[in-house]
Amino acid sequence: MLLIPCPHCGVRPENEFRYGGEAHIARPSRPDDLGDQQWADYLYMRTNTKGVHFERWRHIHGCARFFNCVRDTVSDRILETYPIGASAPGAAS
Amino acid sequence: MVSVTLLPAATRFLVRGDSAAAATIGQAFGVPLPRQACRSTEGGRRAALWLGPDEWLLLAAEGEDALMGDIEGALDGVPASLVDISERQVAIDVDGPEAAEAINAFNALDLEVDAFPVGMCTRTLFGKAEIVLWRTAPDRFRIEVWRSFAPYVLGCLAEATREYRVSSPIGDLCIT
Amino acid sequence: MNDSRTETGGRIDRSRPVEFTFDGERLKGFAGDTLASALIANGVHLVGRSFKYHRPRGFLSAGAEEPNALVHVDRGGGRETPNLRATTIELYEGLATTSQNRWPSLAFDLGEAANYLSPLIPAGFYYKSFMWPRSFWRHVYEPAIRRRAGLGVAPKSADPDRYLHRYVHCDVLVVGGGPAGLAAAIAASEAGARVILCDEQAEFGGALLHETRGTIAGQTVADLVIEAVATLAGRDRVRLLPRTTAFGYYADNLVCLAERITDHLADPDPELPRERIWQVRAREVILATGAIERPLVFPENDRPGIMLADAARTYLNRYGVRAGKRTVILTAGDSAYRAALDLHEAGVEVVAIADLRASPDGTDVAAARAAGITVMPSTTINGTLGRMRVKAVDLGMIEADGKVGGGERVPCDLVLMSGGFTPSVHLFSQSRGRLAFDAGLNAFVPGKPVQRQHSAGASAGAFETEACLADGYAAGEAAARAARGEPVSRLRAPASRDARHAGYAGMAPSQRSERGVKAFVDFQHDVTAKDIKLAAREGFRSIEHVKRYTTTGMATDQGKTSNINALAIVAEAVGKPVPAVGLTSFRPPYTPVTFGAIAGASRGDLFDPVRRTPIHDWAAEQGAAFEDVGLWKRAWYFPKAGEDIHKAVARECQAVRDAVGIFDASTLGKIEIVGPDAAEFMNRLYINAWTKLEPGRCRYGVMLTEAGFIMDDGVIGRIAPDRFHVTTTTGGAPRVLHHMEDYLQTEFPELKVWLTSTTEQWAVIAVQGRHAREVIAPLVEDIDISAEAMPHMSVRSGKIAGVPTRLFRVSFSGELGFEINVPASAGRAVWEKVFASGERFGITPYGTETMHVLRAEKGYIIVGQETDGTMTPDDVGLAGMVGKAKPDFVGKRSLVRPDMLKANRKQLVGLKALDASIVLEEGAQIVADPHVPVPVPMIGHVTSSYWSPSLQHGIALALVAGGRARMGQRLFVPMPTRMIEVEVVDPVFLDKEGTRLNG
Repeated sequence: MLLIPCPHCGVRPENEFRYGGEAHIARPSRPDDLGDQQWADYLYMRTNTKGVHFERWRHIHGCARFFNCVRDTVSDRILETYPIGASAPGAAS
Repeated sequence: MVSVTLLPAATRFLVRGDSAAAATIGQAFGVPLPRQACRSTEGGRRAALWLGPDEWLLLAAEGEDALMGDIEGALDGVPASLVDISERQVAIDVDGPEAAEAINAFNALDLEVDAFPVGMCTRTLFGKAEIVLWRTAPDRFRIEVWRSFAPYVLGCLAEATREYRVSSPIGDLCIT
Repeated sequence: MNDSRTETGGRIDRSRPVEFTFDGERLKGFAGDTLASALIANGVHLVGRSFKYHRPRGFLSAGAEEPNALVHVDRGGGRETPNLRATTIELYEGLATTSQNRWPSLAFDLGEAANYLSPLIPAGFYYKSFMWPRSFWRHVYEPAIRRRAGLGVAPKSADPDRYLHRYVHCDVLVVGGGPAGLAAAIAASEAGARVILCDEQAEFGGALLHETRGTIAGQTVADLVIEAVATLAGRDRVRLLPRTTAFGYYADNLVCLAERITDHLADPDPELPRERIWQVRAREVILATGAIERPLVFPENDRPGIMLADAARTYLNRYGVRAGKRTVILTAGDSAYRAALDLHEAGVEVVAIADLRASPDGTDVAAARAAGITVMPSTTINGTLGRMRVKAVDLGMIEADGKVGGGERVPCDLVLMSGGFTPSVHLFSQSRGRLAFDAGLNAFVPGKPVQRQHSAGASAGAFETEACLADGYAAGEAAARAARGEPVSRLRAPASRDARHAGYAGMAPSQRSERGVKAFVDFQHDVTAKDIKLAAREGFRSIEHVKRYTTTGMATDQGKTSNINALAIVAEAVGKPVPAVGLTSFRPPYTPVTFGAIAGASRGDLFDPVRRTPIHDWAAEQGAAFEDVGLWKRAWYFPKAGEDIHKAVARECQAVRDAVGIFDASTLGKIEIVGPDAAEFMNRLYINAWTKLEPGRCRYGVMLTEAGFIMDDGVIGRIAPDRFHVTTTTGGAPRVLHHMEDYLQTEFPELKVWLTSTTEQWAVIAVQGRHAREVIAPLVEDIDISAEAMPHMSVRSGKIAGVPTRLFRVSFSGELGFEINVPASAGRAVWEKVFASGERFGITPYGTETMHVLRAEKGYIIVGQETDGTMTPDDVGLAGMVGKAKPDFVGKRSLVRPDMLKANRKQLVGLKALDASIVLEEGAQIVADPHVPVPVPMIGHVTSSYWSPSLQHGIALALVAGGRARMGQRLFVPMPTRMIEVEVVDPVFLDKEGTRLNG
């Protein structure tokens, strides 16, 4: 069980959290303007990164906030977490 | 020894809103809403528990029916959400020198008093149930849990506290 | 009796004799004995039969690494544990044990025939021999092999013992209570750290518990241990956990411990759990897990009476037991000389020490020589004799060129072997640390730690007591500093470079050809040196493949005594150095953990929360049958005397259609959506439009995933301009709230609206049927519930039966209906008042089954039954609900993807069998033409199917490709015994005009 630093509550055990998929994929503001392929890309295409990955988690059994997380998918180490809305940390990218 | 007690009914509100709303609500409630994460404030027979950056649990004695109107009146258009959840959950008091240990049979947080001081509160997991855990004294916790999960939580606590009823010690640690 | 027990000495309590049984025989030992030491004291060396060849086996070791001496312990009443190591079972009065894997008895085991057939059973025998015919594997070969080969027998009855878990945090966790671990715990606690020290044994001290030679700083070793343990026990922030095995090391310094709380007690208090799993989260972990002596691999090295030298020393010094009268020792290092001296002094005749080395020297060797013990350099063992107990060894002389000649046959009843020590790096490896091969030790030692972890003592390659103490102390100090966040650089104690500790790995030199001899590497899985060489010859190069092919190291002991020898044999066979061959992965658990401990309290009533509604007990008192819906118990139907489910449901349906019924809908998910942007949020999350919904009115809402598929539905009431009362499906409530929070927090954070779950705030009582209004009317205050004032799909706040209510006029039955929301604690009282009020109309309680029939008659879908995560609103006939004028809502764009617009998508239709008496099976496939060749294309399936008491025929809802264009068509539902012909009909079977619910 990993320890995950919630940006609001501090370090908490993994079972309080739920994974939320890849981060920084903004929902298009005008979906109708997108072609079928572009919309399918938004819905389904993800980077599946080996290494440093930007992803979303939710402290669902804690403060209930979604937040972003930088995790190395090879070592399963969490490098950094930051609130939704904050830009991706440059240090980790 | 650990005693586990189902507490009497209470008035509960779930408050959600920004910090302006929180300030107004705290004034109307008579207890300021805590801004520090996972902390509580108390005054009189009322308490406010931080649950999230825009979410607080307000606790008052049973039958404080006028509170809702008072707070809504004070808000007077300030955007916020105030929902009566008095009946949604029940409270369990866990009291005794081994209270933290007993809770740690089903909860993964560090409950040493320096890591989880008196007044700290948080939503967390207790076995397979979500609870709000609030330390009210060094050896005392209050668990807020949704009504239908309460029998499960009480059952788990009964299981975890059985060993504290043993009169004789567990046995020699070492035969040295 | 025999004189195996010494007159004095050891750590047993000779004033407390203990009686126990082994295979029914009553035997005596002392408190402080293990089953193994007590059996040896009674002259019992034959304790098991080997896994594959059923060879007689005795004790190899005196500890947790034991591969042979596995026994079954039965405490009565279903308290049975198979496969326990006799070397770790503490003796208590009445302990009842039996041997395993033998029939009919240990001494006369018919399975031993396998031993004589063994030339026919090489490595991979099963893979090679039982290939044909294929179908025989599962039903003939495997059951037969499993019966013959194997370990203990699993208990048949439920385990009555209790088990618990506990989470705990500490600054420093020290694993292992030997010299390094004790020193580490003392140093760390001295520095103020919160320390947990665990050890798998009953006593702390580790290898010190059988060390009787020498002093440390003027103290005997025994006194040193007493003082250290007393010091630790006196410190507040130290938790001592004896009988506790650290079995798994996981991410972020989570270490799992299994504590055996009552297994050593004759009469445990029932309030105590039998075992406890500790999930320790440590800032720093110190692994002081010691080292395990390596056996030597020589022909017939597995007979009872052949054991590790350090084990014999343990039995003597710790338990006061001589493991034999006349011993021959084969060694590759100095430590066995200490065993020889101790045994010699205790009156055991040490016939000879055969040393694989050409010129052993050093203080221990000199001491043995001085004591008159014969030391034979360059000597090996070519073979052994004796069936139930070793009775002689054939020595062999190693020539200068490495060839081995013959030697003397020496009678003996005890053979000790010592191939050096293997550091126990299991937990270090589990922590993901990489191991480094130490050629000096012929073993792997921990490399750089990857977690906040330190290795100390013998597990790090330091084999002398003083070195272990110093190393442990330094590790403890460093860990305490690191736990405080201070920078730490600890010089690792150098591994013992002393050649005296090099030991030996691989097949020992032997005169005999490897063919036809059994030189065991893995005792528990009966893997010999020949098997491993065969695997190499057959082309297996990777140690991982050799392991799986020969099963070496795959037994319950995970190769604690065999891995290095197996590795060395592979390395030699493939001509590579040992580190190049590599090591197989160590996986948790270090030693077996009971299923009970892993399950903990999660069994029976506490396996899962069981959620009951405020009205549950009333239903139970009426004799309702319940069904599980998620974690909820829901009343399924209310049988009267003599009724089965069909009769009860038919009666309940009829009552709702003809009069009035009452139904507990409390489990429906409820979410309160509050804020000035509430309507806008609803517009974005649901397919329909909400802006114009007046306060006091309700609307049926459907929610999609972004991919355009139906995820949930429910009736939503607008309580105020800025407040909605949303209902969800029973199972969907958490999922819907999560979905809403996701969009609100991450996509629409600008909206001033907030969500609160109110599922359990309200008990919900549905009153459905033509008399519904008359039933509730006498109870309602402050609300005009007339048809004109409160039409279908409206909501009012007021009071009912004296308590506040949100009263909905809604229907999921097709009848006039109300859903009464009242505070949960008032649920039962209000229910009883409504029920009493309805008695004059014959009000009938009904359950979920009737609710399903009623809604199916109306063609109402159930999310999860008519939908499967791939259904669009149009697929289920709800296209008209989609708010096409809305610029956007979650899932909208997906609804116009080409795949979503295909004409042959599966669509919701009704089905009626031509034989009206038939009720189709839910899940049954539908075909257009059953006469085409197999495979017949399947065009859909039945999603719901019931007998309709109102219509007196079977009704079904189905998803059929292009279904709406098939109205009136005949289709077929093939079943194993018949072909059912059905007609495609409208999914609304009853009152399509809705006159009933608008009444």
